[in-house]
Amino acid sequence: MSVELKYSAREDEKADAQSATTSSSICFHCGTPAESSAVQFDGKIFCCAGCRSVYQILSDSQLCRYYDFDKSPGSSPTLRPAQRFEYLDDPLIAKQLIDYADGNVAVLTLHIPSIHCSSCIWLLENLHRLDKGIRFSRVDFLKKSLLVRFAQDKTSVRAIVSLLSSLGYEPELNLGSLNRPTPTDNRRSLYLKIGIAAFSFGNIMLFSLPEYFDASRQDLASRNLFGYVNLLLALPVAIYSSSLFYRSAYQGLRKRVINIDVPIALGIAVVFLRSAVDVILGIGPGYFDSMAGLVFLLLIGRLFQDKTYDALNFERKYQAYFPLAVAVRTGGRETSVPITALRPGDRIVIRNNEIIPADSVLMAGSARIDYSFVTGEAHLVPKDVGELIYAGGKQTGSSIELEAVKEVSESKFVQLWNDFGGPERTKTRLLTLSTTVGKYFTLGILAVAISTAAYWMLYQPSLILDAVTAVLIVACPCALALAAPFAFGTAMRLFGTQHFYLKNSGVVEALSRIDTIVFDKTGTLTETSTTSVHYAGADLTSIEQEAIASVAHGSTHPLSQAIVRHIGAQAIRPVTDFVEIEGEGIQGTVGSLHVRLGARPFACGNGPSTEEDTGRTNVYVALNGRCTGSFEFVNRYREGIREALDQLGRQHHLAVLSGDTTRESGRLNDLYPNFVEMKFEQKPADKLEYIKELQRQHKRVLMIGDGLNDSGALWQSDVAIAVTEQSNAFSPACDAILKGDSVKHLAQIMTFTSTTIWIVYWSFAISLIYNIVGLYFAVQGALSPLLAAILMPLSSITVVVFSTFTTRALARSRGIG
Amino acid sequence: MSVIWILVGFSVAVAAGFLAAFIWAVRAGQYDDKYTPSVRILFEEEEKTSTFDEQPNSNAEGSTQNGDGHDTVRQ
Repeated sequence: MSVELKYSAREDEKADAQSATTSSSICFHCGTPAESSAVQFDGKIFCCAGCRSVYQILSDSQLCRYYDFDKSPGSSPTLRPAQRFEYLDDPLIAKQLIDYADGNVAVLTLHIPSIHCSSCIWLLENLHRLDKGIRFSRVDFLKKSLLVRFAQDKTSVRAIVSLLSSLGYEPELNLGSLNRPTPTDNRRSLYLKIGIAAFSFGNIMLFSLPEYFDASRQDLASRNLFGYVNLLLALPVAIYSSSLFYRSAYQGLRKRVINIDVPIALGIAVVFLRSAVDVILGIGPGYFDSMAGLVFLLLIGRLFQDKTYDALNFERKYQAYFPLAVAVRTGGRETSVPITALRPGDRIVIRNNEIIPADSVLMAGSARIDYSFVTGEAHLVPKDVGELIYAGGKQTGSSIELEAVKEVSESKFVQLWNDFGGPERTKTRLLTLSTTVGKYFTLGILAVAISTAAYWMLYQPSLILDAVTAVLIVACPCALALAAPFAFGTAMRLFGTQHFYLKNSGVVEALSRIDTIVFDKTGTLTETSTTSVHYAGADLTSIEQEAIASVAHGSTHPLSQAIVRHIGAQAIRPVTDFVEIEGEGIQGTVGSLHVRLGARPFACGNGPSTEEDTGRTNVYVALNGRCTGSFEFVNRYREGIREALDQLGRQHHLAVLSGDTTRESGRLNDLYPNFVEMKFEQKPADKLEYIKELQRQHKRVLMIGDGLNDSGALWQSDVAIAVTEQSNAFSPACDAILKGDSVKHLAQIMTFTSTTIWIVYWSFAISLIYNIVGLYFAVQGALSPLLAAILMPLSSITVVVFSTFTTRALARSRGIG
Repeated sequence: MSVIWILVGFSVAVAAGFLAAFIWAVRAGQYDDKYTPSVRILFEEEEKTSTFDEQPNSNAEGSTQNGDGHDTVRQ
């Protein structure tokens, strides 16, 4: 089930690598295609010096078994200056990163996104062979984390992080890694509750056997003994194992909501008290077996429902974007300073693609700030020397020097963040099925109980208590409470095999109620991979290519980004005189080369500004005023997207929001069926407003975006799906993550969510039949413990089996899972 | 029938023993990661060199590290 998640990213990379090149020229270490510039060492081919150096380290320490478990398992290390982790020597930072230290031995937990295979586990658990200070290291594969226990006098946090980075396992270090709370014990306590319930369930059944065979009637002494033993065994179940139902019911009632846990908690409490009274007064053996069995099954349902993808992060926290340290210039020297220690007046140096950590004033350099993940606006904001720059922006282009005017924690950024969907997403708009059904069910049961009491009051008052408690016991909506977790949980696991990862199983239900789907054009529907670009024109030397890539790198325009990826240059070189003219192109000088990229009149000075040819876009290149050729982009829409849209359109209202100008509408109109509503020139605020407007019309909106931009609109929608190419290094604000090439399955997925809801309805129907049978006996005051012990677990198990297997079978017949 | 008292006592004691073992295992974190151990158990015991360690590396330090490491992991 979850194995797919773990290997998916890797397999795809490898598949890409293999299709792009023959297997003979694949890097021995990381498996990426090694080109003509390949490094050879020890008779093996490596794609770059980084991969070779990892191989060298491993081979020197006789750790080459690393290459035995998986083929080409490595990741290429990022080669950056060694003083990069200098800040980890800062005792304050190191202390906040370490989980536990006794002055001698310290424990450190690091999140390492590049963990992906068994070789990774093997190597990372053998770290002590590379650094003698490391006593012990252990990988948690699903969480992609590494726990290291090390001797503080022999090694340091910095040494360990540097070692890991040099091996291609760079830990993720950001502001969010500081003072991370120790993982909660929720799971552990659920396991304990299940274990105790199972223990009591088994033993109570054993001691109830004589009762089932009617053998204990003659032997009152042993009957009493077994009764008291059962009472004792049931005590921890009723108090400890069931505590989460009481708590949930109480929380629900306090919010004036009758959720499904209310009748459950009531049922458990009543069955326990009634049975205890029966045993103590010697009336009968009680219903302890039914109670323990139900609690056990309900807890299993809880466990099944609580499945999460540990390695994926669905919360969007600004701390995750902030680095731990920033380069500060004092005198002529640059040192790395923890950003928590940054003081107003410090001179900071921000390089390309680095985040500005504090509100500061620009002192030198040309600042072009990308605020896209604060505001969702994808264009660059130029700033002049002396201007105030707010924290949270990302510098693009050459490096700049700033003077901090505020501490990090006082930045306006935090406020800005909160305006754009920082606070937790609360979803109260869509009531869950179990809550709705739970409410009516509870009211129904109370009505039956009261009328039963009224009836017996008239005819035989001595039977009132018997009958009423029996009603509450047998009506415990356990099967009802199990149907949804098992159906939705199974669906969620099946979607995982389609690379569609849900935050929790409740999203399945939310998806089934969607009637409007809004696509954010950027990256959702079009494929942004290198395959769609090709260069036509005079041959370019590698220096020229590098220069083009360096200039294109300075722009966040998707076409520029695609050119950078297409060229795949080794190094990005400093660009001077960079200018971006919106809608036309970019220019800049790299060394002695003046590069102009853009539309034909901008770059080459002649020809029409837009090509009539639909479906493709050309970016022209001019080097030192000489027009050399163009990059041609065939706008490749994702495979199968047209069919998916056709299918989706049958049941949902579809809309596409695009930030592009209406000029492109012609091409988009070709692609989308005419029932799709299209809006152009949409700013993030417009998109947010559009979603709000739909919701005012009582539409239930699914927003599909790339997760980084337009966080406001994503946050406002009822369900948010982020589409991404790589799911591991990603933290969007969303309810589900969909892998790019699975967008074509969206129609199937949406249909299947409604199917799942129907399966839940059917399960409800089944459990209601059992309940009615049980109630038939209960209202007469004739519910024997044996009947209860058979009927109640049977109904729960039927529902679990039905919902799980039907979901699976229907999914298989529709090609999911 | 008083023998039943002894039997009940024993059966509950044995079952409680297993329950205690389970509680200990959960508290010790054995249920925290249910995937990685399934991979870890397949790693062979050390000493055998990889097919990729072609030339026997006569680095003495390296081999002592091997021994140390092995013990540490099995703690």
